[in-house]
Amino acid sequence: MRGSFEELAMPLFDSLYNFARWLTHDREEAEDLVQETFTKALKGFPSFRQGTNFRAWMFRILRNTFLTSRTGLKSGMTVSLDSEEGESAAAVTAETPESLLLAHSNQKMVQEAIEELPVIFREVILLCDVEEMSYQEISETIAIPIGTVMSRLARARNALRQSLTKKLQGE
Amino acid sequence: MACAAWRNKIGAYADGELSAEDMLDVGEHLRGCASCTADLLSRVQMKRSIQTAGKRFSPSLALRQRIEKGLPPQKKPARLWNWMATLAATCALLLIVSLTFYRSGASQQGRTFAELADLHVTTLASATPVDVVSTDRHTVKPWFQGKIPFAFNLPELGGTPFTLEGGRMAYLEQAPGAQLIFKIGNHRISVFIFQDRRDRRFAPGDTLSRNVTFNMETWAGDNLRYFVIGDADPGDIHKLSELLKSTAGS
Ligand SMILES: [Zn+2]
Repeated sequence: MRGSFEELAMPLFDSLYNFARWLTHDREEAEDLVQETFTKALKGFPSFRQGTNFRAWMFRILRNTFLTSRTGLKSGMTVSLDSEEGESAAAVTAETPESLLLAHSNQKMVQEAIEELPVIFREVILLCDVEEMSYQEISETIAIPIGTVMSRLARARNALRQSLTKKLQGE
Repeated sequence: MACAAWRNKIGAYADGELSAEDMLDVGEHLRGCASCTADLLSRVQMKRSIQTAGKRFSPSLALRQRIEKGLPPQKKPARLWNWMATLAATCALLLIVSLTFYRSGASQQGRTFAELADLHVTTLASATPVDVVSTDRHTVKPWFQGKIPFAFNLPELGGTPFTLEGGRMAYLEQAPGAQLIFKIGNHRISVFIFQDRRDRRFAPGDTLSRNVTFNMETWAGDNLRYFVIGDADPGDIHKLSELLKSTAGS
């Protein structure tokens, strides 16, 4: 039996909004983005293929809508990443400085660091660690191969770690 | 294989993305390698920090209503859930979940399990996993007296494949409790005991993860909440749970 659109979509409402805020940095824009996402998704629902991932589908609509928005176009999301595919996935060691463990409790610092990430890094990190999507779901959401998901995640985490280290040293 | 090569896999391990076979291999290496374990822990810590920091914005009620208004009206199903919730609350709750540490979902329940999984890993990675080292339940039990606000019973393990290694204090959301380490074969299992909280519901059937890193079983009895967690197979986790249950009330 197939769930109604509402049954499937409303449980994602909070997550979609959170993600939208992280993308847009703006409350009003995020609200518009979520609303537009729901409108588009409802319209497209009859063509949504059973057996494919509904959550990834919703997030993809939101992300694509964002990309074509004014903020999205300015966000540099479309900037090409050089030789991303060629990199080995998670070759970077975590090497968290001792002091970074303190950042565990320093939520504000982590939030700032995430905020400052380029949007293509911000989104993979949020989808993986906040939305807890699998690599496969992330790959479906942002339409890149799984290998690229892995290398991008590794680079994103590295960038975040460096930024946090810098912040901690600057304190 | 050198540690550098393992690190490639540890990232995916932390994300719960390894095949069962790779996961076993990595687990095996981690048990003998402090530096890779430290690497894993820092990745985990980072993931947890991001998870907490990343859940930042909540939508307004107005937006929710606006969106709901745009949806086609639907017939509400019978209130099956209320009935089930009542049933669940009156029965002893038994729950078997498989989880990775970090993929444990947004729910309160998921966070609790993630926290316990963290405690379990941290304990195993620590140089002194237990504060009271003893295979004798009659030594371990009194050690907790005066340290935690409740008493509990431990089963006689003679004739079972389990051995007790010792215990330590544990904290779950600032509430003190007991953590006991049991061993079966090469696997270590943590048993956590805390005072049960009425506001914590552990619903059966909540799938917490796509990947099996740990198996966990939880139940409540005599106002205590038990969690049994480890990388041992679900059958062993269950066996130990049953042993604990059989002595809990005695
Ligand atoms: Zn190693």
